[in-house]
Amino acid sequence: MRDWVEVRRGAYHDSVTLMRVSRSLSERPGVAGAMVAMGTELNREIVEGMGFEVPAGAGPDDLVVAIRVAGAAGGGELDAAREALDGLLRDASRPPAGAGLLGAAVPARTTGSAAARADATVALLSVPGPHVFPEAMDALDAGLNVMIFSDNVPLGQEIALKEAAARRGLIVMGPDCGTAVIGGAGLGFANAVRPGPVGIVAASGTGAQQLMCLLDAAGVGVGHVLGVGGRDLSPEVSGRSALSALAALDADPGTELIVLVSKPPAPQVADLIREAARRLDTPVVFALPMPGEDDITQAAEKALRALGRPVPRWPRWAAERRPEPGSGQALRGLFAGGTLRDEAEMIARGALGWDLEARGAEAPGHRFTDFGDDAYTRGRAHPMIDPTLRLEAVREAASDPGVGVLLLDVVLGYGAEPDPAASLAPAIAEAVKDRPDLAVAVSLCGTPADPQGRDRQAAALCGAGADVFASNAEATRHALATVEGTPE
Amino acid sequence: MNDQRHRLGGLLTRETRVVAAGVEVLAGALAEQAVPVEAVDWRPPPAGTEQALAAVLGDPGHADANARAVRRMVTARPHLVDVRPAREVLGLDAGTFLHAGPPLEWERASGPMRGALMGAMLLEGLAATPEEAERELARGAAALEPCHHHATVGPMAGVVSPSMWMWVVEDAEHGGRSYCSLNEGLGKVLRYGAYGPEVIERLRWMGEFLGPALRAAVRRHGPLDLMALIAQAVQMGDELHNRNRAATSLLLRELAPDLAAAEDVPRDLAAEALRFAAGNEHFFLNPGMAAAKACADAARGVPGSSLVVAMARNGTEFGIQVSGTGDRWFTGPAGVPDGLYLGGYGPDDANPDIGDSAITETAGMGGFALAAAPAIVRFVGGEVPDAVAATQRMYEITLTEHPALQIPLLSFRGTPAGIDVTRVVRTGILPVIDTGIAGREAGTGQVGAGLVEPPPGVFTDALHALAEIA
Repeated sequence: MRDWVEVRRGAYHDSVTLMRVSRSLSERPGVAGAMVAMGTELNREIVEGMGFEVPAGAGPDDLVVAIRVAGAAGGGELDAAREALDGLLRDASRPPAGAGLLGAAVPARTTGSAAARADATVALLSVPGPHVFPEAMDALDAGLNVMIFSDNVPLGQEIALKEAAARRGLIVMGPDCGTAVIGGAGLGFANAVRPGPVGIVAASGTGAQQLMCLLDAAGVGVGHVLGVGGRDLSPEVSGRSALSALAALDADPGTELIVLVSKPPAPQVADLIREAARRLDTPVVFALPMPGEDDITQAAEKALRALGRPVPRWPRWAAERRPEPGSGQALRGLFAGGTLRDEAEMIARGALGWDLEARGAEAPGHRFTDFGDDAYTRGRAHPMIDPTLRLEAVREAASDPGVGVLLLDVVLGYGAEPDPAASLAPAIAEAVKDRPDLAVAVSLCGTPADPQGRDRQAAALCGAGADVFASNAEATRHALATVEGTPE
Repeated sequence: MNDQRHRLGGLLTRETRVVAAGVEVLAGALAEQAVPVEAVDWRPPPAGTEQALAAVLGDPGHADANARAVRRMVTARPHLVDVRPAREVLGLDAGTFLHAGPPLEWERASGPMRGALMGAMLLEGLAATPEEAERELARGAAALEPCHHHATVGPMAGVVSPSMWMWVVEDAEHGGRSYCSLNEGLGKVLRYGAYGPEVIERLRWMGEFLGPALRAAVRRHGPLDLMALIAQAVQMGDELHNRNRAATSLLLRELAPDLAAAEDVPRDLAAEALRFAAGNEHFFLNPGMAAAKACADAARGVPGSSLVVAMARNGTEFGIQVSGTGDRWFTGPAGVPDGLYLGGYGPDDANPDIGDSAITETAGMGGFALAAAPAIVRFVGGEVPDAVAATQRMYEITLTEHPALQIPLLSFRGTPAGIDVTRVVRTGILPVIDTGIAGREAGTGQVGAGLVEPPPGVFTDALHALAEIA
């Protein structure tokens, strides 16, 4: 053991730096103990308590260095330790390399914190449903409207949020709101449509997308799409957001016509909404795909007529092949969009009077499946983002000789997968390769301006052997006629 | 109502700007459309807290309650008005001692807490030797009560006995009063659990001479605006917990003329008092804590508020109190600070976290103002950006920015002030607390300084309690 004590007069370092230096020095191999500190009374006591002898006269402005090394004199440990000390003291007053003075920005960890940083108008929430409530309250408290993309939000919380929004003069779009367009900005799943005079209130995301795409195809733009969530028109929620959206669009000078699109609402809520719509200055067209009501394509046509615009022939892309399913073969509707599926079933039931539930020997066994349903999305992404499950279903249906017609939807736009035809077209080609009798109809919901490019997608799907339709109703009717053996 | 531009907060008329939390592809789709997006770095809160969070945040009065509580906290105007013995101002009886943190009995008391209580027994003449003091305390001869139950705070062990002199602070805005003892200096001192003869001798001198001298000076000076002083100190590099150098100097600058002019203080005593105070960089810690306590107490008792109004440690447990849950403590095991050690001491010598001084963080100072105190950032184990990040992180769990305490390095942004229980639970971000480290053995004194975090469970417990009454 060997002790070394020196006093460096007037060499000031702050106490924390010196504690760090002391620790680094003590941790060096060969050093049994070390303290480097300003010579205050307290520090001198501590150094002496460690068994060092501090020279008299060392004051608070002097640096006291005390080092104890393990080796004997001349072993080199002491020189090495003293050299290391000089390095440590030098480094202590050197700025860190790389990082700026203030370091990286700390990310916002709550919606409230993010809202305080940006002068935003709306919060888009897609955290898991059980965790939505605090984020949504943050947004409302900060004066932001809320779009809740997530599902699985408890009904009581939906009502509480919509009441809180009403108190603040704001709107909650959702939960389970897939689509909104605000002043040209698409939130969630939304198509790139031209701006224009139509405002849409949507309790159905894909219903709104079908509507805006058809209007766009007719040369009519959409100003805003306000989603309200699939449960808004239930008796419990009682159209709280739909009423607020209707009023907001009515007050919007750019909106000349409002279209309300929804899965079939509860009857008493439908009455409430119709009553409210009657009191507005802006005309309202309803698109409620249910028996006795217009389908979405018919509603789009009605909207065009109300605006005094011509109704076009809806785009379609016919495949070269003309398969002819045998009699008694079934139709399989495999959908990513819930409302598109419901509309197809409604048309099948309403137009042709089929009993889809019948499973008798003679019954064709037509089926319509929504792969966006909770049963298929628990723990995995929506089929508009992740097509895996539906691709499997396409393969499975093709291998079933009882299936004569496949009816599929493809929904394009922001948020959806970047190139759905890239996986679906080969799957269709594979499905029809050994099945000259299998017909495939695709309802393609998109616009030429969508990131995926509607026409490019249509060409690929068509080239694979599918008849492609911009109107879901037309695609459905075509599929029905094909399976009935009465092609148009 | 008639102004349609403001319908839905201007949703349909203003440029669309979005705050996005959750699935990244949706934020990405907005960026693709050149829509401005502020993304939230969202992470799930602990399992089992969803319903409690919804209950508390869904209470229609919650946001207003928090706004009211934190407004009271940051608009408090604590003034130093007097210096008086605890016996008089707190009505403390012989044989009753106050201590830091949530309620505690001798059996569960840590080394430094026991040491400080033993010292207090010796100081009050209730025992002649440390051994006798220990025996007496062990058989329950003294009554122990938390400082916080008496509008008082005490650093480290925080032991207050009847003969100790207290800073008396009054909130000129809301009228509350708060108290803190006089700081003894560094090294072997009672608050770190030392009770040797030099400790007791110093305390006797403080009671006999320093207290009366300071009383004369403060009374002669008149009410001294502590918040104004603290605000200046923050701009001079103090965070008011582990660095009180500027505030101490400012306090002495205020009091020195009155001390010199006080007719009943002999010149040599005035000089000695000034020398004692000037020789202790933490002399202001105690009046600063009393000021913070006055601010925090102003925010107490607002129904529905999830604002934290006290964080305190007794060396065994860490406890918090919340505005909306009255005097109830939510406690968990105190952690061991992460820091730097004096001399030959190391983590094995450290006692678990102790002291009421986290009242500074409660009121928006201390660790929350770390970015204002670059001189001590190396306690964070890092560099200036780490200190800035520590303060920045605290904005995520606080309700407001302090209007008076501004951080030059952050372009004079106010310090993060007013810890919200719901935000702590939601983000998992725990308050950062600067602290001294006491030796584990009674009688050791200070062994280091550093940073410490509360046990996360105290915040979830408080949340569930708030949910029950929401």
